Amino acid sequence: MFQGDTMKVEQISIFIENKSGRLAEVTQTLGKAGVNIRALSLADTSDFGILRLIVDKTDLARGILKEKGFTVNKTIVVAVEVPDRPLGLYSILDVLDRASVNVEYMYAFVERCGANAVIIFRFDDPEEAIKVLTKNGIQVLPGQRIYGI
Amino acid sequence: MSEARNDLKAGEVQSRIWDPLGECIERPALEALQLTRLQATLQRVDQHVPCYRAKFREAGLAPADIKELSDLSKLPFTVKDDLRLNYPYGMFAVPMRQVVRIHSSSGTTGKPTVVGYTRNDLNVWTELVARFMTAAGATEDDIVHIAFGYGLFTGAFGLHYGAERIGASVIPMSSGNTDKQIMIMQDYRSSTLVCTPSYALTIADRLEKLGIDPPSLALRLGLFGGEPWSEEMRREIETRLGILATDNFGLSEIIGPGVAGECTHQCGMHIFEDHFIPEIIDPDTGEVLPPGATGELVLTSITKEALPIIRYRTRDITRLDYEPCACGRTHVRMQKTSGRSDDMLIIKGVNLFPTQIEEVLFQVEGCEPHYQLIVDREGALDTLEVQVEVHESIFFDEMKKQRAFVSMLEKRLASALGVGAKVKLVEPSTITRHEGKAQRVIDRRKK
Repeated sequence: MFQGDTMKVEQISIFIENKSGRLAEVTQTLGKAGVNIRALSLADTSDFGILRLIVDKTDLARGILKEKGFTVNKTIVVAVEVPDRPLGLYSILDVLDRASVNVEYMYAFVERCGANAVIIFRFDDPEEAIKVLTKNGIQVLPGQRIYGI
Repeated sequence: MSEARNDLKAGEVQSRIWDPLGECIERPALEALQLTRLQATLQRVDQHVPCYRAKFREAGLAPADIKELSDLSKLPFTVKDDLRLNYPYGMFAVPMRQVVRIHSSSGTTGKPTVVGYTRNDLNVWTELVARFMTAAGATEDDIVHIAFGYGLFTGAFGLHYGAERIGASVIPMSSGNTDKQIMIMQDYRSSTLVCTPSYALTIADRLEKLGIDPPSLALRLGLFGGEPWSEEMRREIETRLGILATDNFGLSEIIGPGVAGECTHQCGMHIFEDHFIPEIIDPDTGEVLPPGATGELVLTSITKEALPIIRYRTRDITRLDYEPCACGRTHVRMQKTSGRSDDMLIIKGVNLFPTQIEEVLFQVEGCEPHYQLIVDREGALDTLEVQVEVHESIFFDEMKKQRAFVSMLEKRLASALGVGAKVKLVEPSTITRHEGKAQRVIDRRKK
């Protein structure tokens, strides 16, 4: 097992048609099952959206949404602590850029971790990204920590 | 046993011939038989069906003018509207006391039409279904699971009695409630599935969701009909269910299922020519086309008593192949219908059938056949939108990939159809399914 496995964060993505009530339906379904949403990001076009969520109970959330007829996938993302100051995010992106690690997309976590902000990154190769980040002294947050923030 | 089933290939399933005398008749003898039966039918409809008497008069013809088979083309066509105008029993050629069964068309294209059967018609119908079920590989050892809706629709009853005739054990399951269908399939060891091809895929989807491995079932054959389907869809069904899938064809106006059916060689459906005479016409001009040409199928029943039909325009587009078949049957083979001429869409002047779109979708890895076409008009321009249900293997968390998928589909559709189409991804199960028949086209253009 890759030593950085505990550093990975599981994210679920949900296909949502761009029509009223769908987002409400997802959040209600999760809420009723006692699933708490930790972070979210929505990418949308005029026809459809891709909702990405980090929740406290990933497999339960995925299961009940599928049961409700939603199309759901699970992906691995990386949570990174970002210094809450000017050039804080840049310092991290610069490290990634120098190591030629490509960022597919990213979004901010609602909660802070101590004095720092938390940003979720989706990389093509999360293992390589975790290696690069930790080697450069950047704090990567373990999955268990993120689900419980 | 399951291993052998997974290796099923066309022609490898042993199949017998139910009625060698009727199905392997030499062409000269067949044509003589057809002419005699046609002449007798014309006499009867001229005497008993006012609609036909009027049609013949108008054409300046009498049944006696039909002296050879080629004279058939002189006769006027029958269209669905004739049945509607004579609703419900006006086209029947026998008094009601001789009619023992009434069915109705599924009404997919408007008001239903009523059809009737005498006792002898039911026997012929049952024999014809027994023929194609046997041709498809079914035997008295099979447990036949009928998932067509029982009712006015001819599908379920036709297959039901045919399956009993060959001695199979029949489960009259009817349509709907997929979970229960699957439970019965598991527990009763159903070996032959009878339904629409789209319902077969619904079952495959559900099996996958429930984590049931198809080889754990006893299924070995699938006899599908009731809607047009592509070769790609056949392969998909065969792979996913581990069965040999054959096509069969029929219209309630002609008799129901049992007009034609495929043998295990899967190279077209044998039309039972000792009971029906097929012609292919140009749907625009009504001209009979030479053998091998693609056009609209026209059928004349030559043994029906209650409701004989002369030159019925089926609206189904196909091609006839008179080359001998490896199975030994002499009856002509009709290719899979590419759709009904009613279903043919003309978009920006280009003719296309929903099955063409289905073929493109099947070629895309992970794409499911649940799609719907929305045709509309913006100003003077036709628009075509293809809605595709999204499921996990074609869903990405990255917008870039998702959009690339959509534009890849659009490019493939445009090059295959010759007309641009917008692809819209929709959530699973949003496309309505009716009695197992998927509604493929919604045309919002004003006629």
